[in-house]
Amino acid sequence: MSDILIIGDGPAAHRLVERLRHHGHQDAVTVLGREPGPTHSGAPPLPFSGHSSPYQHGFPEGTRVRRGVTATRIDRARRLVHTDDGTAHGYDTLVLATGARPRVPDIPGVLTAEGRLHASVFTPRSLAARECRPAGSVAVLGAGAGGVEAALALRRAGREVALVDAASHPMKDRLDDAAGRLLAGILHDEGVETHLGHVAVAFEPGKLVLDGGRVLAADVLLLCTDAAPETGLAHGAGLSVDCGVLIDDEMRTDDPRIRAIGGCARHQEGGGETAYSLPQAWDQADTLALLLTGGRPHYRVAAPITRSRTPGVDVLSLGPPSALDHAAELVTLSDPSRRRYAKLALHDHKLTAAMVIGLPKAIASLVQLYDRGVSVPSDRLALLLGTSSVGSGTVELPDDAVVCNCNNVTKRSLAQAWHQGAREVAELAEATRATTGCGTCADAVRRICGVLEKASGEGDAS
Amino acid sequence: MLRLEFPPYIHPPSVPHSRKTPLCLGRIPVPDRQSTATHCPYCALQCGTHLRHSDGVTTVQPSDFPTNQGGLCTKGWTAPSLLDTASRLRSPLVRGPDGELAPSDWDTALDVVSDRIARIRDEHGPDAVGVFGGGGLTNEKAYLLGKFARVALGTSQIDYNGRFCMSSAAVAGTAAFGVDRGLPFPVTDLGQAETILLAGANPAETMPPLMRHLSRAKLIVIDPRRTRTAESAALHLQPVPGTDLALALGLLHLTVTEGLLDKDYLAERTTGFEDAWERALSWWPERVERVTGVPVAEQREAVHMLGAAERAYVLTGRGAEQHSKGTDTVAAFIDLALALGLPGREGSGYGCLTGQSNGQGGRELGQKADQLPGYRSITDPEARARIAEVWGVAPEALPGPGRSAYELFDALGTAGGPRALLVFDSNPAVSAPRSDRVTERLASLDLLVVADFVPSETAQLADVVLPVTQWAEEEGTMTNLEGRVLRRRRLLSPPPEVRSDLDILHGLAVRLGEPGHRFPTEPREVFAELRRATMGGKADYSGITYDRLDAGEALHWPCPLLPESRAPHPGTPRLFLDRFAHPDGRARFAAVDHRAPAETTDDAYPLYATTGRVLAQYQTGAQTRRVPELNEAVPEPFVEIHPDTAERAGLRHDDRAAVISARGRTVARVRLDGSLRTDTVFLPFHFPGDGRANLITNTVLDPQSKMPEFKVCAVRIEPISEPA
Repeated sequence: MSDILIIGDGPAAHRLVERLRHHGHQDAVTVLGREPGPTHSGAPPLPFSGHSSPYQHGFPEGTRVRRGVTATRIDRARRLVHTDDGTAHGYDTLVLATGARPRVPDIPGVLTAEGRLHASVFTPRSLAARECRPAGSVAVLGAGAGGVEAALALRRAGREVALVDAASHPMKDRLDDAAGRLLAGILHDEGVETHLGHVAVAFEPGKLVLDGGRVLAADVLLLCTDAAPETGLAHGAGLSVDCGVLIDDEMRTDDPRIRAIGGCARHQEGGGETAYSLPQAWDQADTLALLLTGGRPHYRVAAPITRSRTPGVDVLSLGPPSALDHAAELVTLSDPSRRRYAKLALHDHKLTAAMVIGLPKAIASLVQLYDRGVSVPSDRLALLLGTSSVGSGTVELPDDAVVCNCNNVTKRSLAQAWHQGAREVAELAEATRATTGCGTCADAVRRICGVLEKASGEGDAS
Repeated sequence: MLRLEFPPYIHPPSVPHSRKTPLCLGRIPVPDRQSTATHCPYCALQCGTHLRHSDGVTTVQPSDFPTNQGGLCTKGWTAPSLLDTASRLRSPLVRGPDGELAPSDWDTALDVVSDRIARIRDEHGPDAVGVFGGGGLTNEKAYLLGKFARVALGTSQIDYNGRFCMSSAAVAGTAAFGVDRGLPFPVTDLGQAETILLAGANPAETMPPLMRHLSRAKLIVIDPRRTRTAESAALHLQPVPGTDLALALGLLHLTVTEGLLDKDYLAERTTGFEDAWERALSWWPERVERVTGVPVAEQREAVHMLGAAERAYVLTGRGAEQHSKGTDTVAAFIDLALALGLPGREGSGYGCLTGQSNGQGGRELGQKADQLPGYRSITDPEARARIAEVWGVAPEALPGPGRSAYELFDALGTAGGPRALLVFDSNPAVSAPRSDRVTERLASLDLLVVADFVPSETAQLADVVLPVTQWAEEEGTMTNLEGRVLRRRRLLSPPPEVRSDLDILHGLAVRLGEPGHRFPTEPREVFAELRRATMGGKADYSGITYDRLDAGEALHWPCPLLPESRAPHPGTPRLFLDRFAHPDGRARFAAVDHRAPAETTDDAYPLYATTGRVLAQYQTGAQTRRVPELNEAVPEPFVEIHPDTAERAGLRHDDRAAVISARGRTVARVRLDGSLRTDTVFLPFHFPGDGRANLITNTVLDPQSKMPEFKVCAVRIEPISEPA
């Protein structure tokens, strides 16, 4: 018997349960969820895109889900988890999937007297916020990747949006000044009002007050401040915790019966970052599901990649930005008028860090080159521009160029046939079979006819 | 022991000839008539042609047939030279005690075959004799071959090379629509489309005249290579080999999130969307980009091009299908088409581009391990009873399903595997994955019989070689990629000691104790029986006659026989307009998820190899390598590689290189191509010997279709020194 108890009902928990069932796990699976209603299960929709509903999926049939319950204590000796409604749940394997919680800034008006978020204050995770409710102007606090994405999505949904951050440019932790300025320009073009280098000092429904006294219209305050891993339970149970619950390659904490996945966990070799991302949470859930059903998967800590998800606004940050400061080879491209920017750090032809704006093809290639540790193509500029390094077709075809691929007819053969009297496309087709396959070379053959005619006309004249 | 030598007299020196040289060399074939309308012998487009014979020369002209509209590629133009190719097999050959193949008369050859079959069968049971067919056989031959295996041999061990072709699309299409017909609409419908998505298809090289129907539409081409088709595309998506399934799921995801879902169509005509969506929702575009390398912006552009079109098609080819997850990949592309509301709507749809000349007829007339004629399942008691009745045997006498192609080859000569194999119209020594293993298995047999018209690499391993007629020397029918039944007509008498496959089956069946009337030799007679056998089946040919076809009727199956009081059934050019072929009339979404290819790259094998075709060669090249004009165009195996990758491997253009996988090594000439992905190399599979691309391919099979993973394996590439 192998009963599994999962604390948390976010995407990592959903994925784990689904994969356990997929691999044939038959024993009981219990999920304890803090939210009273269903949570979003998987793919992160763009915030506020209006497409959130398809993302709500229940747990597979047979899963015991307890909602509106908060786990308060783990009794490792008895293998019990106590909750705030006075119940206790036993386990053979306990999985912590408690996620991360947005840090709530200490601003008057954000929290109620009871310590809850004010009714007009949301985090991007809440379904209500994703569905664009309530209406009115929005102030987004925090211009990290999440805040930028939220601000743009809300703006595109027709809302008045102000983006506030103490930093001097958006995504300060991932982008240098030049890239940050470009991104600020993009936000400006889209109609997002940015207030950088400022902090909020007070909130009440309808307005947000900044330091220096400026007052912004804000029917809704959206907190896109960074998130802190939920490690309280693990800490209370005496498990090793630093900025997340520490886990090994098999998602094990200090206690082999307790595993942790997703936003609350940090791999021992994670390089000091929790770098919470959905793909990583899923990788961990997939690996754990296999392990718990007798498989022997090989887990590799995925490279941290930040890639924007706003359609048409392509921003990428790979690896530690500090690597760009002392790169063995630095490739840069700056094209502010078209809002394009790239900075790549290479070591031995391999990518160690990158920040890119506005070069979507390059982003797709760079992500793969970085992920798989593959050498980058020698034509760095072609890579950035998303073109292949082959030259474009010459205007004047050489004589041995194949004009009709289907019938392998060269320009020389066409010219010979032309000089032997085949002057029209149909006659050339009869003589050489050019144009008789897929037919797409007919224009080229016609052009060659024209050139030959012109050349012979000049010949006659002379 | 390998027996690759071949007597010198069947390899007379080839005579080079130029384009306008009469194509008839050596023996002058005897014409039965001056000219005839027929079809090209090569691919499933079955271009219409006029064959003419005058002054001892056979020439071909394309006709204005709908599929080719007057076009013909270089393979079609030069096809007559196959008729008298210098190495044409002109008499039966039997391997003597000295280990050499020597000419023989037909009676001796057939006696040798039937005696040895009888002995093997007595000693080891009927399943000790296997049969392997091909997608180039006429409908009549394919039908009779299936009957011969089940009735005269009593073996379950029959399969055919279509297993390596479109079997994944067949399984996915049947699951989604209830029936599998490559294109469930006439090919000419494509000419009116606004957008066409080609997933893993390169018709500009494999089926050039098809491009005439694709010139109006904006093309979206999915291919790891920048092929000629990709070059003509409005949008080329270039995924890592083996990730097409993730891309298809991503396109489905975007179809939903971009608001392009056809909800009315979903409600009225489909089931299962919710489960499919549950899989696809985890394939958001940035995740797809990371796995496939296809930029998010291009994914978006693709779905908007499809969604905005009034008329749009999704077509798959071998690139999507030849994977260990080929069935699921096709299913995901069908899901995409369904989400957009395309299938079963005139002017839109999903289709698979069938490859071989009679790939369609070949898969539905009973030479597949699990099928009986009429696209019937061999495990369905009703189907068994029906076919047993037509064949005049007891239903329980019919064997059950047998091994699929690669499983069959892998078992040859092993304990419990077949000890004899009869091969018709196929060259598995070159076409099967891990072909050195297959060659070794073929060589281990007690009896290998090959019927072909040229000494293919497989024929060179045989104990008995039987020379057969070719396209212009025989009557019959073919079913093209759009399910249209076509007449193949005879212009010439075959060389005197050459016989039709039907004659061979008759001769063997009689020797094995069958009544002769069960195995007619006249194609028309076989077709009459085939009509009865398919009556009431999914692929119903019962209303089709030679006379109707000869009168020029365009008949697509199903074409049931109607009572004489009524006008004959007009055939079904467009399937699914009212309903899909499932009992509830609805199409079914498939809930599928992406998984990595069976082999991924590592330090030892850091590159992906993908295999495919070139314009001038067909299949294993057994035919086209014997046409000088074609062979000169692409005379030897090559490997396409990105210049950077080549440089890192120490290779220059035109060097010879070894491409090595965990299974074997093949040798090819280096061709630099800057448009290729740096992590991918490409090899065509048309070449023999140590240049066989299939020496390195992966034998892992799709669990549903049993398709091998031809399209992706992990390799490394190394220089080899030129022989002095």
